[in-house]
Amino acid sequence: MIPDLSLIVPELAMAVLGLMVLIFGLIIPRGSRHGLGWFAALALLGVTGLVLAGWNNGGNLYGNLYVVDQFSQFFKITFLLAAFLVVLGSMRYVDRHLGGQSEYYSILIFATLGMMVMSSANDFMTMYLGLELMTISFIILVCFRRLEAKSLESGMKYVLLAGMSSAVLLYGLSLVYGITGTVVISEVGKILAMRAPLPLLMLGVVMLVAGLGFKISAVPFHMWSPDIYEGAPTPITAFLAVGSKAASFAILIRIFVVGMFGISLNWELLLAILAAVTIIVGNLVAIPQTNIKRLLAYSSIAQAGYILVGLVTASQDGVKGVLFYAFLYVFATVGAFTVASHFYNVTGSDEIKDYAGLAQRSPLMAAVMVVAMLSMAGIPPLAGFVGKFYLFMTIVENYLWLAFIGLIMSMVSVYYYLRVALVMYRNDPLDSTPIAVSAPVTVTLVVAMAVTLFLGIYPGPVAEVVNNAAHSFFMH
Amino acid sequence: MNGFPVLTTILLAPVAAALIMTFIPRNESKLIKCIAAVGTFVSMALSLYVYFSYDTALGGLQFAEKIPWIRDLGVNWFLAVDGISLPMLLLTNLIGFSAVFASWNVDNRPREFFILLCLLITGVMGTFVAHDLFIFLLFYEVVVIPIYILVIIWGSSKRVTKEYAGMKLTIYLLIGSAFLLVGVIAFFVKAAGVLGQPNMSFTALAEAGKQLSAFDQTWLFALMLFGFGSLVSMWPFHSWSPDGYAGAPTAVSMIHAGVLKKIGGYGLVKIALYMLPVGAKFWAPYMAVLGVAGVTYAAFAALAQKDLKYIVGYSSVSHMGYVMLAIGSFSVIGINGAVANMFAHGVMAALFFSTVGFIYEKTHTRWIPDLGGLARQVPRLAVAFMLAALASLGLPGLISFIPEFTIFVASFKVYGGLAVIGIAGIILTALYALRAGANTLFGPPREEYDHLEDIRGPEMVPLVVLGTVLVVGGILPSLLFDMVNSGAATLMTHVESAVKLGGVFK
Repeated sequence: MIPDLSLIVPELAMAVLGLMVLIFGLIIPRGSRHGLGWFAALALLGVTGLVLAGWNNGGNLYGNLYVVDQFSQFFKITFLLAAFLVVLGSMRYVDRHLGGQSEYYSILIFATLGMMVMSSANDFMTMYLGLELMTISFIILVCFRRLEAKSLESGMKYVLLAGMSSAVLLYGLSLVYGITGTVVISEVGKILAMRAPLPLLMLGVVMLVAGLGFKISAVPFHMWSPDIYEGAPTPITAFLAVGSKAASFAILIRIFVVGMFGISLNWELLLAILAAVTIIVGNLVAIPQTNIKRLLAYSSIAQAGYILVGLVTASQDGVKGVLFYAFLYVFATVGAFTVASHFYNVTGSDEIKDYAGLAQRSPLMAAVMVVAMLSMAGIPPLAGFVGKFYLFMTIVENYLWLAFIGLIMSMVSVYYYLRVALVMYRNDPLDSTPIAVSAPVTVTLVVAMAVTLFLGIYPGPVAEVVNNAAHSFFMH
Repeated sequence: MNGFPVLTTILLAPVAAALIMTFIPRNESKLIKCIAAVGTFVSMALSLYVYFSYDTALGGLQFAEKIPWIRDLGVNWFLAVDGISLPMLLLTNLIGFSAVFASWNVDNRPREFFILLCLLITGVMGTFVAHDLFIFLLFYEVVVIPIYILVIIWGSSKRVTKEYAGMKLTIYLLIGSAFLLVGVIAFFVKAAGVLGQPNMSFTALAEAGKQLSAFDQTWLFALMLFGFGSLVSMWPFHSWSPDGYAGAPTAVSMIHAGVLKKIGGYGLVKIALYMLPVGAKFWAPYMAVLGVAGVTYAAFAALAQKDLKYIVGYSSVSHMGYVMLAIGSFSVIGINGAVANMFAHGVMAALFFSTVGFIYEKTHTRWIPDLGGLARQVPRLAVAFMLAALASLGLPGLISFIPEFTIFVASFKVYGGLAVIGIAGIILTALYALRAGANTLFGPPREEYDHLEDIRGPEMVPLVVLGTVLVVGGILPSLLFDMVNSGAATLMTHVESAVKLGGVFK
């Protein structure tokens, strides 16, 4: 029997698109490939359209190994929009620093495909498949500047650490499989709900937390991320911070909230402590940073801590909070990294002190940076405020201490975000030539800023969508 | 004007002005200033209209606008005014309009300055017209960032650097608001449990709040007291205030001392007290003690200052102590006094800061020993200064006499001796205010200031607008008190009935 492939049209389209871009790159002579970025970007938008068209069209495939529900579709839209913005923002970077290599776009598309598979996977094998597709694509992308030592170094680090974390994760999965005898996550959930937790299962849970904690860069598994964020090409850093993290959250939610729901009392506190430590360390270590990419890396560690807060209660409201926050986090992060990337293109520097007077050189870039950072800090009327409201709403009853830590630390984060604002707004530029912003970068920046503002002022419609998505997640 | 969204228009007029300004070339500073003036004037004129067409006999919420906003949180775009919020709205616009003219001589990057100023004014107004807790919070923190940028670029570094001042203002406000946010979120979740569905409107939350257990109300109120208290510069969380005002540019000092810190007092009355009456009852004596401590401590501190801005800064901390004392008295008269005093102090502090700003702009110093005899050289400025100083010490016939008198009546009845200490603070106020006036304005004129030009043209606007309010409010106090009383009476009826209920003991 041929399965109903209409459910995975977006995934098929992505695979075709990735190959197509690869072949186009071979046919088109070097030097006239500038349009390829536009093509990839628009095609990604088209695939987003495909996902939207199938929004109400849920179901499962291959004997429940692959689930298409609104939860996974919402994540797919998030990944695709992130990929779209990253591609737009990186065209100039590709031309200038990566020698116009067309494989860049193709691999980026495959990484996105990996994420899409992860968000829909309902069994450990499929999930792992998606995860590795994404990770291997990222390894290539991280060391794409193959003549730069820093880029190669971070690629090497990523290979080793990603390999190790995958091993830990696999070991955890194999333990869970050994106990339950199935790899289908919803089956695991049914079996575990009826059984008293064994110590061996707890070991498996800890392994899973460690393996996935690495992917979302939760403290104490975060060591890799500042180095790799700093060394990777900046647009890739953005995609790594956004896409890889969001996709890992998708599987984290599915494994824990569906698979481990029956034993949630055993891991809720563990995740709460993990979230608290991540928020505290991420924010505090960000304070002394002088490199914008490292600063954003630590702040994105802290952001992962905030998203974890939504998982602590394993409730529909919590999942809703995670979805909402992941969505807004995409726009804020891509906005901030695109500014950093464009700034690097023009000045060749990532040092915060060189951002002096950016407000006079390019008001748009400075404004986007401030808006993005303050959204991450949760200052209204930006999206981050609403996002944090949704997240912390779920924990004030049982984990009030975590709400205190989270909100106080987010005010602490304002301190280092404002230092960047200080440099950009108060200081006079050393070199006062205006920075020209090219059309695709402008689109990325304006979209990032507009969405961040809009979600902050009028979150109603998106809140309803994520509400339905979270609801669909709890249906089965 | 039935159905016309007048409050939204008031709120958005400065935003519209800011948007227009972004399209004007940065060197056309006169045009930019005119647009800022027009934007704030529209808001001021409309809020005057609302103030005088509000039906005090009817009371309650008027000019209400309600649009569903975020359904799953029960949030509505719900704007409305009552007798407590309307004076605050009017105050914001009077000061906002004056602040534009007090900054008429800003020539360093004027476009950014006026855009941020307009956003700041909008943020402050928003907190006063919102009748939905979520919308209130949106505006509550909006102001932080414009203020920070305004201070670090256009501020002045004297005793403390402007970077330090800006960061101190910001961090204090944000840490306070972190606690406030925890309190609000916890309260909202509990209230949703009581109501059976999430609802953010003030009225619904007040209904839910009084049904919470006394214990819950007490700790939630404590969080709000800390959050709002640090904004209203309640002793001992006041230390941002003198430093911050000293570092800030004139317009920011005016708005911050004039209205922004009043958001703290307003929030205490309209949110904390209204929604958590039993908690408020528990904390009332502590508020009164902290209030009196603030009055006396800050008055003594002001006596020791030689920098004009620090004197006004400490004096504003001292006056906010009266507001805390009044709220602590837990009676209709006390709330009347608190709200009216916030209005009176707002006008006076804004006038004070604008005159100090002009003195500094002209003489390049705020150091009192370097000043003297200015009354001869700049008589109009001197008039403004003395008006503000006399209002500050509560001279009868000016706006602040009756509010302060009311506060003493209310607090004496409840706290006796404590209130007497508070009243004694007036003597200290008279001492530092008059001494500052004497040493700055009178005495032999100094030669180096002979060339000074008196304020004229646009610079006169703050003096005229705020001075008029000072005098009119003093002669016709009923204009203010009828309004405030209509709001305070309704609020306290709710609170007292809830206190009788005593919270639900679980």
